[in-house]
Amino acid sequence: MAAKAELMDYDKALELFEPVLGFEVHVELNTKTKMFCGCANEFGSGANTNTCPTCLGLPGGLPQVNRQAIESSIRLGLALGCEIAETSRFARKNYFYPDTAKNFQTSQYDEPIAFNGQLTIELESGRQVTVDIERAHMEDDAGKLTHMGGAAGRIQGADYSLVDYNRGGVPLVEIVTQMIEGAEADAPEIGKTYVAAIREIVKALGVSNARMEEGNVRCDANVSLRPRGSNILGTRTETKNVNSLRSVERAVRYEIQRQAALLTAGGTITQETRHWHEDTGVTSAGRPKSDADDYRYFPEPDLVPVAPSRAWVEELRATLPEPPAARRKRLQADWGFVNLEFQDVVNSDLLDVLEATIAAGAPAQAARKWWTGEIARLANATGVSADSLVTPVQVAALIELITDGTLTDRLARQVLEGVIAGEGTPSEVVASRGLAVVSDDGALIAAIDQALASQPDVLAKIRDGKVQAAGAVIGAVMKAMRGQADAARVRELVLERAGTAPAESAE
Amino acid sequence: MTNLINQTASALAGLLADGTVSSVDVTRAHLDHIDAVEPDVHAFLHVASDAALATAARVDARRAAGEKLGPLAGVPIAIKDVLATLDMPSTAGSKILEGWIPPYDATVVKRIRDADLIPLGKTNMDEFAMGSSTEHSAYGPTHNPWDLDRIPGGSGGGSAAAVAAFEAPLALGSDTGGSIRQPAAVTGSVGVKPTYGGVSRYGAIALASSLDQVGPVTRTVLDAALLHDVIGGHDPLDSTSLTDVWPSMTAAAQAGLKDGALKGVRVGVIKELNGAGFQPGVKQRFEETLALLTAAGAIVSEVSAPNFEYAVSAYYLILPAEASSNLARFDSVRFGIRVNPDDGPLTSERVMAATRDAGFGDEVKRRIILGTYALSAGYYDAYYGSAQKVRTLIQRDFAAAFDQVDLLVSPTAPTTAFKFGEKLADPMAMYLNDITTIPANLAGIPGMSLPMGLAPEDGLPVGLQVMAPARADARLYTFGAAVEQLLEAHWGHTLLSQAPALAHTEMFATEGGAV
Ligand SMILES: [Zn+2]
Repeated sequence: MAAKAELMDYDKALELFEPVLGFEVHVELNTKTKMFCGCANEFGSGANTNTCPTCLGLPGGLPQVNRQAIESSIRLGLALGCEIAETSRFARKNYFYPDTAKNFQTSQYDEPIAFNGQLTIELESGRQVTVDIERAHMEDDAGKLTHMGGAAGRIQGADYSLVDYNRGGVPLVEIVTQMIEGAEADAPEIGKTYVAAIREIVKALGVSNARMEEGNVRCDANVSLRPRGSNILGTRTETKNVNSLRSVERAVRYEIQRQAALLTAGGTITQETRHWHEDTGVTSAGRPKSDADDYRYFPEPDLVPVAPSRAWVEELRATLPEPPAARRKRLQADWGFVNLEFQDVVNSDLLDVLEATIAAGAPAQAARKWWTGEIARLANATGVSADSLVTPVQVAALIELITDGTLTDRLARQVLEGVIAGEGTPSEVVASRGLAVVSDDGALIAAIDQALASQPDVLAKIRDGKVQAAGAVIGAVMKAMRGQADAARVRELVLERAGTAPAESAE
Repeated sequence: MTNLINQTASALAGLLADGTVSSVDVTRAHLDHIDAVEPDVHAFLHVASDAALATAARVDARRAAGEKLGPLAGVPIAIKDVLATLDMPSTAGSKILEGWIPPYDATVVKRIRDADLIPLGKTNMDEFAMGSSTEHSAYGPTHNPWDLDRIPGGSGGGSAAAVAAFEAPLALGSDTGGSIRQPAAVTGSVGVKPTYGGVSRYGAIALASSLDQVGPVTRTVLDAALLHDVIGGHDPLDSTSLTDVWPSMTAAAQAGLKDGALKGVRVGVIKELNGAGFQPGVKQRFEETLALLTAAGAIVSEVSAPNFEYAVSAYYLILPAEASSNLARFDSVRFGIRVNPDDGPLTSERVMAATRDAGFGDEVKRRIILGTYALSAGYYDAYYGSAQKVRTLIQRDFAAAFDQVDLLVSPTAPTTAFKFGEKLADPMAMYLNDITTIPANLAGIPGMSLPMGLAPEDGLPVGLQVMAPARADARLYTFGAAVEQLLEAHWGHTLLSQAPALAHTEMFATEGGAV
């Protein structure tokens, strides 16, 4: 177990040093097949079942580029404000490791698909930080090693390791930032907010499942400290695979405090990778990493350059969704929510359904109240997501029934249960369960009685059992009600008032 | 009964099609001959007798049932061990892959199976195709059927010897710097390196990805064309595979057999590949061939390719660089042999190192080290980068030459087959042997070798190399077939009919006693 290092008080560390950051975020694309072969890109299949000669690195295997992965990479590059290369090449990054079937990673080196981007993030304080993106390049993922026999699945002390190549060859986009200076005390929050922004963008683009817990988005955080008054950069550490937003924040803070304590005590920082331990909240030394690490990059001779036409790039640019941050800003203003209300929606991941519900005609506050209230409660109780219970259109219809006085909130909750139970649309549930507010029937009945009285011949026909004759009366009633009546209910009442159906008991 | 092993593939195809012989007869005749001469030649690393006879029987049955079969259906073929085969070990001549049976067929293997050819077995080669003599095979060298004390060329010496020794009418080879053409030259057979991208590399165990190309190894130009038509064409599994619709190579070869096929053809003699270091008998046969061509109406002129002098240096940077990376996957984790270190902990890194130490031969290690060095930070630009620039210059030389002529010719190899051990101690001498064939690989253009006689001083075969612009493979076949016909008419026989008959080794003891 990694021991907690000597840490300096955070404020004190900031007083003595300026933190300098850099992030490498790996995004696993959600293409149907892998980057360079036709194997399924699927999480959770049996070990080594999604494999072939190419992704197993068998002798004679050759790569074929996945067009969808290129498209997703270009869209991601564009969403990050990057330029898209006119010609881009894959390169081999050579190193030996058992999870890397070919013993080289097919990546990109001097000709990445996207470069020179920018992403502006907003911190909770309202401070805006623009992160410069150096590049976004494509590469294939490694397999997964499971160390057996040692403590807690660690390689140290393991008897043997199992390797599953299902993930080997899954398409990744690695997004590399420029050095981030001036972060100051916000450094940990910048890390968290930046990764959150990337996650939000890839999700909005639909290019990744964006589940950090499944490793769809993984962050390597580079941290170094520069003594105040110095212009010489400190030695950096790279904390690998920090796999939750909270962990990014904690790991950056931890490294600042650890490095500050070490430097102040006269120690030196080793340029190395570090592992983040979620359980204990500490980082531990990995392998030394020097700038002279020699991966012997060279252009991948088994693949031809990728040269996306400008027309294609523009076509893809046109498919970009509104940037998530801008969209949030716009929606909050449109809906008139206070910060707390809006945060509640965002944190509950209900932005999309809320937008759809409002688009279907519901007032914003009512939509928010139903989704974050009753629907979220039912979802929590059953352990499913709110949007899997009902559709925005159903919720909008429900709200409309409340607005027009057909339902009270109490009745609406029962209708909601019926909709969730699969009994149909809210109107159908109202009708089948007879849940409409009774007082409304009064107006209807008056209109029906009047219609029946003015058409005695029709009344006679209905009484003779010619039920279809009721149509004329229903039409007149609907007209009198200006359409604000449930036709099914009107029909029921017409038959009732004509004396062919038993009067129903009130609810 | 007709002598079945001396027939060309196209003749066998005719006999099979009209029912004169069965595929089982043809296959059995070749298997019997393999049994008889393999102790001398050692062209094969694996002979699949039972599978071959079973496949032949199935093809015969389908033919008997009236099914329409492809032109080479029922004709036996030998497969270079560099190609992945589902039902036979595929070792690339290396100990590290000893006994490895791939879970898939290379695309070219799949195509010959789909065309109902009969795979006889896998042929010997220099380990991972690194060599010009088969002396670097982990399983012992192949012997040249013309003189068993001499090399059959390499790396594809096994395929060339199998064809020259009449063990198979057809074989598949691979050519990275001459591995099809040089063995063809020194064994008196025909070999073609197609345009880069013309034949799929999927399932060909990679040596140098940007140079490797699979191609036919045969006894006649027409047979090579027939086989090329079976294996060629786009393969989506190979990203460097060309999407061209190719003309029939068979039709192109047949066109070359018509009268006057050589009339007006502009033939360029590359000045830089006709100079010092060439064996006198090689130069003599080359000059005679040029004279015959001129007499037949071809217009022969000299062209210069000034950058060819850098070709060997560039090649021996690009090849090891790509090979060092391609061969990284041989690590004992997923396939092949596994060797544990003698002492110390069993970490994956140490097992990989011990396996690679035991599994790779010296030549392979030499080139991995060279390539690793050439790609290292700080050296990349000077070595790999410069070599790629040379490659561009060589392509320009070819482009300039093909502005003036239709085809380029040279001797395929500077010398006839050398004796075992002659160049083994001197890698540079071995490397320089490829000077004639390397430029075509660097430029990606197609090249062919066909016999042009026996060198007077040693009575050994000499090959003529013909090169055409990229994608003009058909031109090679037309010209090659015409030249072959011209030379055979001049000699009054085929070259291989002059090869000595092979005897059974066990009938003779060497002077010293037991072999
Ligand atoms: Zn695969």
